[in-house]
Amino acid sequence: MNLRGMAAIYRSEMARTRRTLLQSIVSPVLSTSLYFVVFGSAIGSRITEVAGISYGAFIVPGLIMLMLLTQSVSNASFGIFFPRFSGSIYELLSAPVSYMEIVMGYVGAAASKSILLGLIILGTAGLFVPLQIAHPFWMLLFLVLTAFTFSLLGFIIGIWAEGFDRLQLVPLLVITPLTFLGGTFYSIDMLPPFWQGVTLLNPVVYLVSGFRWSFYGVGDVSLAASLAVVVAFLAVSLAVVSWMFRSGYRLKP
Amino acid sequence: MPSAISVTGLSKTYASGFQALTGVNLDVKAGEIFALLGPNGAGKTTLISVICGLVNPTSGAVLVDGHDNIRDYRAARARIGLVPQELTNEAFETVWNSVSFSRGLFGKAPDPAHIERVLRSLALWEKRNNRLITLSGGMKRRVLIAKALSHEPKILFLDEPTAGVDVELRREMWEVVRGLRESGVTIILTTHYIEEAEEMADRIGVIQRGEIILVEDKQTLMRSLGRKQLTLELLEPLVSLPNALSDYPLTLSDDGHELVYRYDTQQEHTGIAGMLEELRKAGIQFKDLHTEQSSLEDIFVSLVRENP
Repeated sequence: MNLRGMAAIYRSEMARTRRTLLQSIVSPVLSTSLYFVVFGSAIGSRITEVAGISYGAFIVPGLIMLMLLTQSVSNASFGIFFPRFSGSIYELLSAPVSYMEIVMGYVGAAASKSILLGLIILGTAGLFVPLQIAHPFWMLLFLVLTAFTFSLLGFIIGIWAEGFDRLQLVPLLVITPLTFLGGTFYSIDMLPPFWQGVTLLNPVVYLVSGFRWSFYGVGDVSLAASLAVVVAFLAVSLAVVSWMFRSGYRLKP
Repeated sequence: MPSAISVTGLSKTYASGFQALTGVNLDVKAGEIFALLGPNGAGKTTLISVICGLVNPTSGAVLVDGHDNIRDYRAARARIGLVPQELTNEAFETVWNSVSFSRGLFGKAPDPAHIERVLRSLALWEKRNNRLITLSGGMKRRVLIAKALSHEPKILFLDEPTAGVDVELRREMWEVVRGLRESGVTIILTTHYIEEAEEMADRIGVIQRGEIILVEDKQTLMRSLGRKQLTLELLEPLVSLPNALSDYPLTLSDDGHELVYRYDTQQEHTGIAGMLEELRKAGIQFKDLHTEQSSLEDIFVSLVRENP
């Protein structure tokens, strides 16, 4: 194991976060706060409770997930795309580091940042609405697992993308719609039966549901189903990354 | 003692179908400066990229200091420092952080004193807190060298190290490279500037169309393929050569003012003395003479022409 190599990647990625503090931390927190003001306070005051929870509190887990997914994907994808774009990836590929160490360095840094962001947003949310966390251990587990899984997805996109436009494509056309339709702002039993069935095909539903369960003890699907989906998604992402490095896909001609 | 680099039967065909390397065999001795010459697109960079692990070979094997560069990639890569041709870097990092990052990436414990030595030897110390994006091209090139030296490699690859670098800096870099060789580092450089190979290299390899067409000691190469010519500036122009001189490989310039005598430096008797004697007998006087030796450049050009 080249732990020093892994640590060097991790540190340099975290240094990038510090350099771009405004865009990487402040702006997601600000936009989440705006959601609270608009949905939680302005519109939420006219919506009755959902599953016995005030609407403002109900959307907190969903909003954290929304930020977690989009930030994990965009941060991790940019982290590996930029060296490819600038050409400085030569150093990474010629260094005595295994692909798993490279992945752990980049994905670990992206996930750390997302987790930090999630916790900051959680703290911010506490200023707007009364919060309770029924199962703190599960809450953290979902936070960490989701951050890693979607950072891994971002890493895959960063290797796949051949230009900045493609880098934006997946977050914009896939992640954002799935999150908005994934029960962030509503409980899926508010939908007509047909759309409830369709919604269950959306993996984000399981993430939001599991995460919300850890707060309020209620979810749209069972905890086991939520956990299974996150772990399955993580496994698939790991398999794809492993294939990418072994085949040299877009990394080594 | 194993070779620093040992390449056997190395071929590379890119996905596009372009065959960049065709059965390359090459041994680079430990501690030497090896110059790889070849026209554009001959396969220099591909060869280096395969050795350093940036490109997967189609077939063949590479041993770095006795370690297979795929099966035992950690040991192989830890020994290599690579300075790429393109000026690529992290742009927003500082010189110090970028060079320190390289050392960490190669699994070495932090050693600020070593980084300082490297930066000073490359005249980068004053710029250590500058962001890479603010540096000039020559400075960026030096940062790439510093990054490659940060982890104390045994083998250093320099891919076109002095492309686009001014004369003074080029001299300075040659000094650095010589210093490295003295400390026992094996150096492999590719270059367009034949002058550079002529000045620096111990041995020279010529690559063309993915094949190594020649590997030779520089001195031997210059001697065996080198030709000399003696030019005599005549006092009075000649209309034609006297018969007595017809046995000598002499050519008369069009205006009749110059006589050029070509000879092989390898020959025991160059025939110069006899030829001059004949000139004197024929009453041909000259006011000046000079000799020219063919440079590595001429040798290179003729080699590449002969092997189309």
